[in-house]
Amino acid sequence: MLAGTGNFTENTRKALEDAALQKALGNVKRGFIAKRAKARAALPEFETLRDEAKEIKIHTLAHMDLYLARYEAQVKRAGGQVHWARDSGQARRIIAGICKAAGAKSVTKGKSMITEEIGLNRYLQAQGYEVVETDLGEYLIQIRGETPSHIIAPAVHLNKEQVETDFRSHHKNLPPERPLSKVSDLVNEARQVLREKFVNADVGITGANFLIAETGQSVIVTNEGNGDLTQTLPRVHIVAASLEKVVPTLEDASTLIRILARSATGQDISTYTTFTSGPKREQDLDGPEEFHVVLLDNGRSGLPGGEFEDMLRCIRCGACLNHCPVYQSVGGHAYGSVYPGPMGSVLTPLLQGVSEARHLPHACTLCGRCEAVCPVRIPLPAMLRRWRMRDFAKKPPLAKAKLGLKLWVFLARHPALYRLITTPVIKILALTGGRKGRICALPFGGAWTDQRDLPAPQGTSFMARWRKGERP
Amino acid sequence: MVKKKKSPAPDAIRIGLFVTCLADLFRPSVAFAAVKLLENAGCIVEVPETQTCCGQPAYNSGDEAGAKALARNVVSAFESFEYVIAPSGSCAAMIRVHYPELLKDDPQFGARAVDLADKTYELISFLTGTLGVRGVDMKLDARATYHDSCSGMRELGIKAQPRTLLASIDGLELRELTDPNACCGFGGAFSVKYPDISGKIVSVKTKDIGDTGAKLLLGSDLGCLMNIAGRLKREGSDVEVRHVAEVLAGELAAPPIGEGD
Repeated sequence: MLAGTGNFTENTRKALEDAALQKALGNVKRGFIAKRAKARAALPEFETLRDEAKEIKIHTLAHMDLYLARYEAQVKRAGGQVHWARDSGQARRIIAGICKAAGAKSVTKGKSMITEEIGLNRYLQAQGYEVVETDLGEYLIQIRGETPSHIIAPAVHLNKEQVETDFRSHHKNLPPERPLSKVSDLVNEARQVLREKFVNADVGITGANFLIAETGQSVIVTNEGNGDLTQTLPRVHIVAASLEKVVPTLEDASTLIRILARSATGQDISTYTTFTSGPKREQDLDGPEEFHVVLLDNGRSGLPGGEFEDMLRCIRCGACLNHCPVYQSVGGHAYGSVYPGPMGSVLTPLLQGVSEARHLPHACTLCGRCEAVCPVRIPLPAMLRRWRMRDFAKKPPLAKAKLGLKLWVFLARHPALYRLITTPVIKILALTGGRKGRICALPFGGAWTDQRDLPAPQGTSFMARWRKGERP
Repeated sequence: MVKKKKSPAPDAIRIGLFVTCLADLFRPSVAFAAVKLLENAGCIVEVPETQTCCGQPAYNSGDEAGAKALARNVVSAFESFEYVIAPSGSCAAMIRVHYPELLKDDPQFGARAVDLADKTYELISFLTGTLGVRGVDMKLDARATYHDSCSGMRELGIKAQPRTLLASIDGLELRELTDPNACCGFGGAFSVKYPDISGKIVSVKTKDIGDTGAKLLLGSDLGCLMNIAGRLKREGSDVEVRHVAEVLAGELAAPPIGEGD
C-alpha cells in the first residue's frame, strides 16, 4: 500500500499509471471545485468571512495558552478529563490506558486525522482491541489496509466497483446474489455491518473540528451521523485533537463553521454539526459515562513566532488539495505522508522531519491556487518556498540541480559573459529546431523533451538585434 | 491595420523594458511587439544593456542568496526609469511582489526595491491600466482561447485586461477554457524536476484547449506558452500558440511558438 515519503518520485509514477486512481481523481476536480465555487457565489460575504476566520485564528494562536487553559477548566467543570500529549507516542499510550481502565474490548472511531497522525489504530489493534472506523470512507480504506488519501474524503481514490469487490471479499454474511452496483446499495451494506459495531462498542473515539474555550465544548462536523453514534453510544468517549483546534467562543466557532463546509464540500453546513459538552449528566437519558480529551502537541507549540506559524490556522477543509494540480494528478497516497497536498507539504516536514519529507515542498508549481481558496488565507506557496530555501542551504554544493542553478545565477550576474555563452547556445538550438521550429529530443534535456517538444529559439537574442539597431 | 507610431511627445513616459530572459533568448518577437505597443501608446522605450534574469528560478528553487544578487542587479539597472515594463506576469510579479520582501533587510537596496516594485508592471495591464489603452486597431480572423498564467492572475490580478484588448480586434473570436484558473504544469524548474506530473498537468490543459475548438492559444507568459506549445506539438495538434503582445501589435511575421517557416 503506502510507500514512504522518500519514494515520492516512484509513488507518482505509479499513481500516473493507475487507471482506476486516475478515474477517481477526475471526481475530485469535477465535484469539489465546482461545488465550492457555487457555494462561494451564493454567499456575498464569503470573502469577508475568510478575513474574519483568519483574524479569529491569528488572535487565538497569539493567546493559545490562555484559551487552552480556559478550555481545560470548562471540560473539567463538566466532569470530563483533559490529557496533554507531548507527542504521538504519549498520545497513543494515554488513549490505550483509558481503554484498558474501561475494560474495553471494542472501539469505534469517528473520522480523525489526529489519530492517523499518531498511528492509533495499529497500536490499539496490537494490544488486542477491535478497532472499527465508522466513517464510510475510513471504513473502506480500513478493510483495504490503506491510509486516507484525502483529509476529508479518505477514500476519494476509490471507485464504486472497487468497493463492491472489497465488500464481497470482507463481509462474510453478504449473500452473493445481493446487488451492490449502486452507491445506495453499498451504503446500506456498510450501514448494516456498522450498526452492530456501534451498539457493541465500549469506547468511542472522535476527532474535533473545534474546541471552544468559552464553553468547554468540542465540535465535530460529519455528513453521515457516524460521529454522533460513535460518541453517544459507548460507555467512554475520547476526543483526540491537536492544540490549535481551540477557538475562544461559540460565536467564533460559528464563524469558522460557516466557512468550513463551504470550502470543503460546497455545503452551506455539513449534515451533522455536533457540540459535545462532556459525560452524561444526571438528568440525561443517555451519553457516555466517561469523557476524555487528549490534546496533542507533536511540535505545534513550537511554531508560534516562527516561519511556519501560519500553518496552525489550518481548519482541515481540504480545499487546497482539491484545487492543487499536483494533487489532482497523483492523488494523496503518492505524498507518502498523513497530510497530502499543499497543506501536507508544509506540515509534513514539521511533523516528520525534513529528511523524511524533502521532496514535498518542491513538488509544487507554485501556482498559488491553494492560497487563493484557503478559507483562512494561509500563504502556502510562500511557506513551501521557505522550505525550499532551507533545503537549498543544506544541499551538498555539488548536487546537480544546485550546480546548474548556481551556474545560471553566476552567468546572469555577469551580463557580458551571459551573452557570450547564451549566443551560441540559442544559435545551436535554433539550428537543431530547423524548419520544424521545435526540438523533439535533447541529449541533456530529456526531462523536458520526454513530455513535450522544446520550441526552438528564433536564433538571435533580442538584445543583440536591438543593439544592432533593429526596431519593430 | 495597426496604428502608426506616434512620435513621442516631449513629456512622454520613459520606460525601461525588462525583456525577460525567455523573450530575449527564445522569442525576441515578443519584446519587439512590446516595444511597438508601448511606442504606439506614446511612450519612449529603452532597453538597459545590463539586464539578464529577474532571479525567479533561483528564488523559487530556494537559492535566496542568488535571487538577492540578481534582484540587486535589476534594481540598479532599472531604477532610473519612470516605469519598468515586462511582457510577463511572473517576471513582473517577481519584481513587484517579491523583491521588497526579498531585499527588506538590505540596508542599501531595501527601500530602492520598494520604489522599483511600485513602478513595475506587466505589459498588458500597464497598457489598459496606467496608459488607459482601450483597444488596438487590428484585424485578425481567428478563433482563439486564452491561458491565464498563474503568477500574473493571482499576484497581479491580470484577467480582464488582455481580454479587453483582444475584444477590440476585428474578426477575433475568444472562446474561454472550461477551467481557466488551472495551472499549465510549467512551474519553472518543476517542469524538469517532476516531468511526469508536469506532463500530466499540461495534458489536461491541452485537452481543455482542444475542446474549445480554438485554433490559436494566447497568453502572456512565455514559460507557460512554451510548455503548452511543446505539448500541443508533441500531441500533433494544429493549434497555434502566440504571446498576446504579438497579436495585439500585429507582429505576426515570426512563426508561432514551436513552429517553423
